[in-house]
Amino acid sequence: MSSAMLNNKTTQNTAAQNTVARPKGFSIDLKTWGPFIALVVLAILGVLINPAFLGLDNLSNMLTRSAFIGIIAIGATFVITAGGLDLSVGAMAAFIAGVMIILMNSLVEQFGAGITTIVLGIGASLLLGLCAGFINGIVTTKGKIEAFIVTLGTMGIYRSLVTYLADGGTLTLDWAVRDIYRPVYYGSFMGITFPVWVFFAVAVIGYILLNYTRFGRYCFAIGSNEKVAEYSAIHVDRVKTLTYMLQGVCVALATIIYVPRLGSASGATGVLWELEAIAAVIIGGTMLKGGHGRIWGTVIGAIMLTMIGNILNLTDAISNYLNGTVQGIIIIVAVYLQRASWRKTRP
Amino acid sequence: MPVSARNICRSFGDNQVLFDVDLDLQAGEVHALLGENGAGKSTLVKILAGYLRPTSGEVLCDGSPQDYRSSGDAEADGVVMIHQELALAEQLSVEENIFLGRELRRGPFLDRRAMRERSQAALAELETHVDPRARVKDLSTSDQQMVEIAKAITRDVRVLIMDEPTATLTENEVTVLFALIARLRQRGVAILYISHKLREIEQIADRVTVLRDGHLIDSGPMAGRSKEELARLMVGREITEMYPPLTVLSSDAPVVLEARAFVVPGAVKQASFTLRRGEVLGFGGVVGAGRTALIEAVLGLRAKSAGQVLRSGQPVVLRHLRDAVHQRIAYLTEDRKGKGLVLNMDLRSNVTLLNLRAHCHPLLDRRREEKAFQEAVQRFDIRLRTAALTAAELSGGNQQKLLLAKVMSIDPDIVIINEPTRGIDVGTKHQIYHFIHELTEAGRSVILISSEMGELIGLSHRVAVMCAGVLTGIIEGEQINEHNIMQYASGIKGVGVDEQRHA
Repeated sequence: MSSAMLNNKTTQNTAAQNTVARPKGFSIDLKTWGPFIALVVLAILGVLINPAFLGLDNLSNMLTRSAFIGIIAIGATFVITAGGLDLSVGAMAAFIAGVMIILMNSLVEQFGAGITTIVLGIGASLLLGLCAGFINGIVTTKGKIEAFIVTLGTMGIYRSLVTYLADGGTLTLDWAVRDIYRPVYYGSFMGITFPVWVFFAVAVIGYILLNYTRFGRYCFAIGSNEKVAEYSAIHVDRVKTLTYMLQGVCVALATIIYVPRLGSASGATGVLWELEAIAAVIIGGTMLKGGHGRIWGTVIGAIMLTMIGNILNLTDAISNYLNGTVQGIIIIVAVYLQRASWRKTRP
Repeated sequence: MPVSARNICRSFGDNQVLFDVDLDLQAGEVHALLGENGAGKSTLVKILAGYLRPTSGEVLCDGSPQDYRSSGDAEADGVVMIHQELALAEQLSVEENIFLGRELRRGPFLDRRAMRERSQAALAELETHVDPRARVKDLSTSDQQMVEIAKAITRDVRVLIMDEPTATLTENEVTVLFALIARLRQRGVAILYISHKLREIEQIADRVTVLRDGHLIDSGPMAGRSKEELARLMVGREITEMYPPLTVLSSDAPVVLEARAFVVPGAVKQASFTLRRGEVLGFGGVVGAGRTALIEAVLGLRAKSAGQVLRSGQPVVLRHLRDAVHQRIAYLTEDRKGKGLVLNMDLRSNVTLLNLRAHCHPLLDRRREEKAFQEAVQRFDIRLRTAALTAAELSGGNQQKLLLAKVMSIDPDIVIINEPTRGIDVGTKHQIYHFIHELTEAGRSVILISSEMGELIGLSHRVAVMCAGVLTGIIEGEQINEHNIMQYASGIKGVGVDEQRHA
């Protein structure tokens, strides 16, 4: 076939025309760099309020704390980018933590309090996360039920299951196991704690997955328009289910580093994590209606949420009880700024 | 004079799309606005209807300058526009849509009865069967269009702007619409009518204005202007041979695709067809006859209750469009905005979406994607005059070329094209026809679903005609003419006989 099929009028179509760049205004930069700028502003505010903010201990502590929500939020970035939503992550984390603790406690009798027990516990956690995500995905896609409804249902199920397993109380990890497992949360490598390493690794993998693989591109396409994705020969149901499974694995990873922190799980574990994760995703510039997602934005969003609490801890000016208020205001302002810049780019 | 435009200029950023354009709309006249995609027609009518403001120049209403800040301002003056993309609230009923934003009330409550009666009256005037209580999302596209028109005529409209109103209508509905336009004209309404279909314009326009690249090229009474002349004015060059010659089929050209006894619940009752190498098989029939349903069922995009596909004589199972892609069958949907292109995605990603595998090893290679995109721009003559960043910003014709580039990325053996020229200007149409010709010359096969009779007749070796879910007949050679197609499409001819022959 000729290389110029429709080429009877191409003379006007020079390469120069194709590379014309639209003048980039401040508004576009705000959209890309907005979350980052907000983080820097917040950090400067933190230093002004209390120079202790910049202390290594404080920074390390803050990042470590943000790791749970951060890891879960990276999973949520995929789900939301592909046009879904997962409300069950907090309850799922509590459930996985509960099962993990029960399993490890019972394994102590067989394998003793050793690495084997912990590795099996971790394995079970990952498997459980994968299955829970699979269930969310399959019911949403094959059952053709809105993700909001499905995950609201599974949220209730996992929450009540963990309460049931704990018999309304608290499940506590065997002390001997806890001693061995402890470094996973409190230990560090090259001066950086393990949770932060995991957070970083998940972010890098997430970034590559979202931006440099077919899976990621399909997430964007499905989130933008499912019909177009279907007509582009994409296995829509498969990709969507995979996003929920990825979310499940992220929840499992977060749980694995969360369990050694307190060594216990109860019906109150992970309450409202789903909303914090979604907030982190949205602050980061991902669109709740799908089609547009940014991993680094999510990472910054998660850190910001923790930073707000941290700064409030360091000052007496605002009560610590107002943490939620400040977070709420920041979420709304962040999204408003993004929307405002959307509007400005239109002619 | 109800509305006129004087020396209208409009720029988007650095890009000027209108240059000193004048337009006069007279009461009781149908004024056709012609031009290729991107000529500035839509921008001009949006300025008249208050959606956009001119960079310079003025809009006059009854001789006095107006500064419309919104479409509401223009509507208050009786200037109403019906959009190319329908703007209806899908979940609301027909009557709720007709009175949306100006509900009739009795005290603080809605006066449902009055609204229903007036909706019914408006719909009756359109001679349409649409139930005012039906939900808009349950209506066909053509019925939705009728609702849009009903919405306009229930207002005290003095100037009615119609942007491509017949693009999604059946022949019958077009006749009804034209009768309605004639009545509105008698009532003294000024109608500004945008269309690419020169035949329609010849039929209804009193006056015509041609735009090209944002400049006013010609304006005057329709009488004395021929279709050919208008086409030349629009494009700025002679269009010789709208349809390229048919590719000569050798008598032993093998059958590359065969569909046997397809049944799609609620859409196709019975249909079989074959496609030979190098052939263009047209699919005719009215909108809703089941052509798209049949083809999409064959491709695995819709559920079927019976039917078998043979690819070059071998039975194949196509459960998902991916299976069809593996069989090197490409499908160009008729709904390029709803199903074809990811509108908010960049152009490059749109082109590579169908064949993303080719750009993975194992991570996506952006540079290679960019190269593929630049090649597609050259090969399909996609014009990036405005340096569009997303598919939504391209004009209709360029979107169609982008979609063409996308489906051709799998290097298909069989190309199925659904309504390739809907809402597309003459120049691009011409390019697409020649593109189809080049495909068959290269030994590929084409299935062409079209509601434009001329296209079917000019491009097809054979035409399969459907009527109400039944493939009523397949016409060949000399038999392919408007009269025959209409007879099969309306079910006067065929049905039983042909059903057996091709089953």
